[in-house]
Amino acid sequence: MIEVSNLHKSFGSKQVLRGIDFTFKEGQTTVVIGPSGCGKSTILRLILRLFKPDQGSISVNGTSIVDLKSQEELDAYRSQIGIVFQSAALFDSLKVWENVGFMFLENSKMSKAEIKHIAEEKLALVGLDGTADLFPSELSGGMQKRVGIARAIARDPQILLYDEPTTGLDPVTSTVIEDLISSLQKRIGGISIVVTHQLSTIFRTADLITMFYEGRILDTGTVEEMKNSANVTVRNFLEGKVVSDERNV
Amino acid sequence: MAATPSKSTQSFVSAVEAVGEYTLFIRDALMYLLKGRIHWRNTLQQLAFIGTDSLPIVLVTGLAVGMVFCLQVSGVMIKYGSASVVGGVTAMSLARELTPSFTAVVVAGRVGAAITAEIGSMKVTEQLDALTAMAVPPMYYLLLPRIISACIMLPLLTILALAIGLIGGTFVGVGSQGLVLTVFIDSIKSLLYIEDVLKALLKSAFFGFVIASIACFQGVNTGQGARGVGEATTRSVVTSLICIFVSNYFLSFILFNVLARK
Repeated sequence: MIEVSNLHKSFGSKQVLRGIDFTFKEGQTTVVIGPSGCGKSTILRLILRLFKPDQGSISVNGTSIVDLKSQEELDAYRSQIGIVFQSAALFDSLKVWENVGFMFLENSKMSKAEIKHIAEEKLALVGLDGTADLFPSELSGGMQKRVGIARAIARDPQILLYDEPTTGLDPVTSTVIEDLISSLQKRIGGISIVVTHQLSTIFRTADLITMFYEGRILDTGTVEEMKNSANVTVRNFLEGKVVSDERNV
Repeated sequence: MAATPSKSTQSFVSAVEAVGEYTLFIRDALMYLLKGRIHWRNTLQQLAFIGTDSLPIVLVTGLAVGMVFCLQVSGVMIKYGSASVVGGVTAMSLARELTPSFTAVVVAGRVGAAITAEIGSMKVTEQLDALTAMAVPPMYYLLLPRIISACIMLPLLTILALAIGLIGGTFVGVGSQGLVLTVFIDSIKSLLYIEDVLKALLKSAFFGFVIASIACFQGVNTGQGARGVGEATTRSVVTSLICIFVSNYFLSFILFNVLARK
């Protein structure tokens, strides 16, 4: 369980999060939605401890991660989490299997053959058999995203974070990725957090939706509850209509 | 309502913040170095990139500087009857100032810019975040190997540039200005001390540190998009060059004045 409480974060003079209270539960895919700049991706980076909150607490399975100080503590914590980045963030000088097995190559004493075997297993899980020896530049955008997912699940983490996993992909590839997110959640059963503003991704992956707006949580609920939310901004967002303040943009 | 600070005040505050962040960055690098957390494979790759790949341009620069300096100096010194010390003056100037500075400038342009562009692109495409997320700190995997390699390779490049600069100077002095080879070489032997060369190498190692640390720092602080990478690369080269020229004066003052041979 990930509990965030009274979370505040600013970048320079821009206040991104203004007091978020939320609990991400085991066995659920929670989809964080909201317009651009509302702090969706920031919360993933805070959970990963890429940076610290200005105020508030984050506890993972009862342990506060805000207080982690040493590099060793941070590394140990981060190795329990898998993250899929918006840009896939693959290392272009490494082969696909080296990208997937990167954490083992750098942080374990396993042989290259063992690591490649694990990488090939994970690639098969995301439907990319036979691509292990290719370079990322030889793959399509959707395939690169799937390699990113294979890398995220390489160590069988109990927490999976997805940052805009389907942005920029065509509808068919998006569906493939969305199905993959759902099947991985069923298989791993931990906590999945998906940050997106793609409607198809929201409806196809969410057990629970929470909408951020101007750094605060506007509403939370299941897909049906959110579709029928009392809040017009939430309903408009899920119907793909202009959200209040964006009307004049 | 509080008054908005002027542009010059904001610039000053930004500059002070940047110096503070750079200091923390250097502290992190030193912590990793002292703990012995060094990625040796990447360090070897960087030694090749910074050293071997920079060799041709450094040698061409060293040769040209040695030749043109001897040409200028010999013209004046022959005129005033000091032809016997042309070799020594050329060698001393090349060793103490010209080769360390020119080598550093060439490496700042070639290697410093490449480091910032590479790290900056990785920042923009979230690869630095991916490294951190996979418990492989960028300082360990990317940055420290580049800083160590630059500190090692700059002195080696400088000594090679000095050697070829002296050959070029000798070629011009003897071949074009009509100086006697034995007199030219004797003059080098009597005026150029090994101590001068060692101090010059110390300066080069410092310049290597300046170039790589500034390049890495600018890379990890790159702004968004291709424009951000371009701006960071320009900032990296300009800052490195200023730091090289300013620190060169103080280093020369300390090494060749305060700590001069009695």
